[in-house]
Amino acid sequence: MSLMALREQLNGLVNSMFLEGLLDDQFEQLQMLQDESSPGFIAELITLFCGDSERILAELTKLLDQAVVDYQKVDAFVHQLKGSSSSVGAQHVKLACVQFRQFCEEHNKEGCLRALNVVKHEYYLLRGKFDTMLQLEQRIQAYESKQQI
Amino acid sequence: MTVEERKGHLMREEGGQNDRFPVGMRVLAVDDDPTCLRVLEALLLRCRYHGVKAESVDLLKEGFNVDVFVPVTTTNQATVALKLLRENRDKFDLVISDVHMPDMDGFKLLELVGLEMDLPVIMLSVNGETKTVMKGIAHGACDYLLKPVRIEELKNIWQHVVRRRKFSHKDYSNFDNGEEFERHQIVSSEGGQDLNISGSANQNGKLSRKRKDQNEEDEDDCEENVHENEDLTTQKKPRVVWSIDLHRKFVAAVNQLGIDKAVPKRILELMNVERLTRENKYRLYLKRLSTVASQQANMVATFGGSDPSYLHMSSLDGFGSLHVLAASGHLPALTSLQSSKVLDRAITGGLGNHGFTSSRIVQVGHNNTSTPCNDLNRFQHINLPGNQHGSLLQGIPTSLELEQLQPRIIQEANSQFPGGFSDNKLATATPGSSFVNGTNSSFISQTLQQQAHPRRFINHSSIRATPRSTHPFHVGSECSSHFPDLGRCRDTGKCAVPLPAYATNTSSMGSFTTDDECPKFKDNLTISQRDNNIPTISSTSFMAAPPRDPSIGRDRQCQANSSIGRTMLLPTTMDREMKFVNFSSAGNSKERLEPKDGCLGSLSRLLTDLRCSNALLGLFLITSTISYRAYSEKASYKIEWDHRSTFSKLLPS
Repeated sequence: MSLMALREQLNGLVNSMFLEGLLDDQFEQLQMLQDESSPGFIAELITLFCGDSERILAELTKLLDQAVVDYQKVDAFVHQLKGSSSSVGAQHVKLACVQFRQFCEEHNKEGCLRALNVVKHEYYLLRGKFDTMLQLEQRIQAYESKQQI
Repeated sequence: MTVEERKGHLMREEGGQNDRFPVGMRVLAVDDDPTCLRVLEALLLRCRYHGVKAESVDLLKEGFNVDVFVPVTTTNQATVALKLLRENRDKFDLVISDVHMPDMDGFKLLELVGLEMDLPVIMLSVNGETKTVMKGIAHGACDYLLKPVRIEELKNIWQHVVRRRKFSHKDYSNFDNGEEFERHQIVSSEGGQDLNISGSANQNGKLSRKRKDQNEEDEDDCEENVHENEDLTTQKKPRVVWSIDLHRKFVAAVNQLGIDKAVPKRILELMNVERLTRENKYRLYLKRLSTVASQQANMVATFGGSDPSYLHMSSLDGFGSLHVLAASGHLPALTSLQSSKVLDRAITGGLGNHGFTSSRIVQVGHNNTSTPCNDLNRFQHINLPGNQHGSLLQGIPTSLELEQLQPRIIQEANSQFPGGFSDNKLATATPGSSFVNGTNSSFISQTLQQQAHPRRFINHSSIRATPRSTHPFHVGSECSSHFPDLGRCRDTGKCAVPLPAYATNTSSMGSFTTDDECPKFKDNLTISQRDNNIPTISSTSFMAAPPRDPSIGRDRQCQANSSIGRTMLLPTTMDREMKFVNFSSAGNSKERLEPKDGCLGSLSRLLTDLRCSNALLGLFLITSTISYRAYSEKASYKIEWDHRSTFSKLLPS
């Protein structure tokens, strides 16, 4: 696939994510930060975010699995996830976290479990698209470095 | 290392080119979330606070020379951060820390850093709740940013460094040499030279001069601030500078009182500092929370507690300021304020936490500079808090508009009272989102503005401002023409005078009644007139209500008016709950007035029947404004009481 086509595909993907609300303007800001001096910034960030989020989700699953749920810990994790998702611009994930926190405050286990599922769903959806994005970026960069050579 | 070091120095020397902030300011960023940390680092780097990232202190020790100049350092552990700071005390200019961290509470870190190292600390969090922010401020945060952090916000944080340095200089040493002072400013903005510049004076001078030349434009903002600070500080007026000492005292006082009880007044008492006003401390941070530009915040900080700026700020402030004021108890600086301001503050103090809305309004009233849009913002914000004040307006029924109207009216009335309004128990803010309405706001703002003219009937212009529509304020607009009458009436010392005007207004309002009916009402009003102005006022309010409702017949209106007039006179025990909703279910207004109870009853019925909460809103507004005038000569108690009685009568029988 040509470089142009790759770029187009990437842009299309990102745009669709914006339109759907998966990403908000925070991500736009981050895109602007990526330039020649830090070419892999977005990729690095996304990787960081995904790794961190999955860790948090695993912890949350474990916590909610217990008979007696420690809501404070759950809340702390959700808070963290909310923070990182908002820093990256993952809008849907962030919103799902907000809901999750509400259930936490109410000590509503049922609600928490449901909210966790929503968060997971949103996250994996985003993750899939991020993966595609990263792949495209890699290919583009490979292309560009090849061209430079 | 060396490369970075050189780069660091380079950055300082060449200046920030087109950047408008000092390059090379050394920042330590602490956040347990790696994603956020990375983003923060990238943003800071983009702001040219360049640096190297150190994952942990171990890394620093291993691969890096501790003495190396690392402008941006990040760590995900608070304990590591503390260690870093303690070991390299003068290597950092600013600390940005997350609130929520696993190994140490962000606030604790903030406190420790602030007190031990006297570095400006900026808090960062997803959580933007006011109480959390207050906590941050109580612990000495220079600023409180919300995640996700934007680069624009980060671009301004250098001001905290400069400010801190400047004030430190002022406190610690006498810089007779203005040049030296300025140089210091530039130096500090460059990224943290020690206070002791004597050792490297030449170097700094050279650097600063060079930098000055290169960054002349860039530093404009900085220098402007500096100049402004200088101007302010050279003023004769003793300005309290928020120095480290003050901060320490502040924190100590807060700790002593406990977060919950740390009311600014108490804090001030504990701190025992002269002329220290709340605005010094809180305004800056709460302003940041609002959408006000950070520039303004800096200006605010610069101006401190000077009255004029306070006024200015109050008109510009958003919600945040209100909270500040609300939270604050009595204003210790009352005496230093002008009478209007005193009044405002007294009201604020008197109303306590809930009074801020009213105080807000009062301030607005006294600030003729406030524009409708400001008022709008203000009102919108004001309406948020619940009405917990034990005043008339308490228990306002579901008719949100009414609720909002009433407190506002009362608040307006309150502002009318000269001084010593602390007794005012009249409405405070009533909760109600419906009031947050553009038209409403403009109405109120208009009203408030008018209040500045004691003798003139506020409603006059305010009413005019209201849009003509189904909006309750519409009523007012029609009434405006009649208000001058009120003014005249006022002079006669009878509140009833305004009422007739209202009567006419009401008749014109909603085009329900004809002017013919007004006289009738007027008569009624006159009859019901008493020295007790309150009744008349309430009657006025009621008058306004009926006209609005298209369903109300003219007869009803007139009758309602008359009944209002009569009922108004009767103060009765107040039933807190103004069941204005009853208005909507009100019965036939055709009932004539009977004994005062009956009048009120019919009045209330009428009103409920009218089902025009909007009208009621307008009504109450008008009422309040009228009452203001009427009451300005009466004790606030009376008004309150009267209102209460009147309103209680409105309750459905």
